[in-house]
Amino acid sequence: MAHTLPDLPYPYNALEPSINEQIMTLHHKKHHQTYVTSLNAAEAAYAKATTPKERIALQAALKFNGGGALPRGGQGGVLKPGPLKDAIEQAFGSLEVLQKEFNAVTLGIQGSGWGWLGYNTASKRLELATTPNQDPLLHLVPIIGVDIWEHAFYLQYLNVKADYLTAIWNVINYEEAERRLAEAVSSSKL
Amino acid sequence: MLSVAARALSKPNVARAFAASARHVRGFQSATLPPSAIRLQCEGCVALEPYISEEIMTLHHQKHHQTYVNGLNAAEEAYASASSVKEQIALQAAIKFNGGGHINHSLFWKNLAPASQDGGKLVEGPLKKAIEKDFGSVEAFKKEFNTKTAAIQGSGWGWLGYNSGTGKLEVVTTSNQDPLISHVPIIGVDIWEHAFYLQYKNVKPDYLNAIWNVINFKEAESRFTAAAK
Repeated sequence: MAHTLPDLPYPYNALEPSINEQIMTLHHKKHHQTYVTSLNAAEAAYAKATTPKERIALQAALKFNGGGALPRGGQGGVLKPGPLKDAIEQAFGSLEVLQKEFNAVTLGIQGSGWGWLGYNTASKRLELATTPNQDPLLHLVPIIGVDIWEHAFYLQYLNVKADYLTAIWNVINYEEAERRLAEAVSSSKL
Repeated sequence: MLSVAARALSKPNVARAFAASARHVRGFQSATLPPSAIRLQCEGCVALEPYISEEIMTLHHQKHHQTYVNGLNAAEEAYASASSVKEQIALQAAIKFNGGGHINHSLFWKNLAPASQDGGKLVEGPLKKAIEKDFGSVEAFKKEFNTKTAAIQGSGWGWLGYNSGTGKLEVVTTSNQDPLISHVPIIGVDIWEHAFYLQYKNVKPDYLNAIWNVINFKEAESRFTAAAK
């Protein structure tokens, strides 16, 4: 079954002033759409491939276009008391320390990529990670992801990545993050 | 003391591009931002309009490239005071990224030129002949170059490179700020989003079509004749 572009659960201007409408429109309607379209093409080609060589040749396209996830709706920027807040404080000391370390690690990516807060099901702790390009996060369960490809911020923040990373915490959906954590914790108990 | 990055570069014209911008400070060479070959002051930044906007040129040269220069100097300084192999290895990524960024952008500014300095003009000569021999035609070369460069998954560079082993011109790509090592760089095009996004947004092919109007084929030819000796 073909993949389709999921709708944003909020209007394109909803994340202003942290992420502007122009970026949200391009990022969703152009960049994400292109990944969806290309993923469908890669999967169609993969289904028709008759040799391992052909399938291997398609792996890069599948990985590149299949990787990545879109944040979903809710009230951004507010971390309420609960399991997520507890887990953050246990692993980092405080939300402020998490944000500082997350931003430092994400700023350190050399090229395009994503910064992640992820849940380690083995150690049962939150950890930071980065992935290059559109590689999906595999060794941790994604809790919060931030796109640091230049298309995610350049039109608004130009080269000043640090300002984008400071601003985006105002629109992080902690409710969604908490939902992902709860799911990760309960599946890892199975 | 020679900088580590300069020592690691054996290709003559890459080392030349790097060395041209280095100076001796405190016992080791530190990089400086080369004045762009097309003289980027404020007024120079408009030189490549309408193909590459003044805003992009200003940010790209004075912010992005400057950051690589600063990063390279810091990494080399740390390397010089590293007291173990482990520390040196830990610094390799920073040297490669910032050193590569400095090399690549230094080559880039020199291989761009405004129309008033014959940007976009490929005259009859050894380079045109070699392109026609190895690609069939200049149009076929540009098409292959643009296709391969647009297909880079992430950030990187598209290159026309001279393969010293086979004596052929080839289109190759590099990721992130990896310098071109396998071939002699003849023409390089930056496909990091900061190189085009403000003007072309997500439409990479439009940027790649436009940039041929400001490619400095004279510089490319002098790199080619030096490499092909």
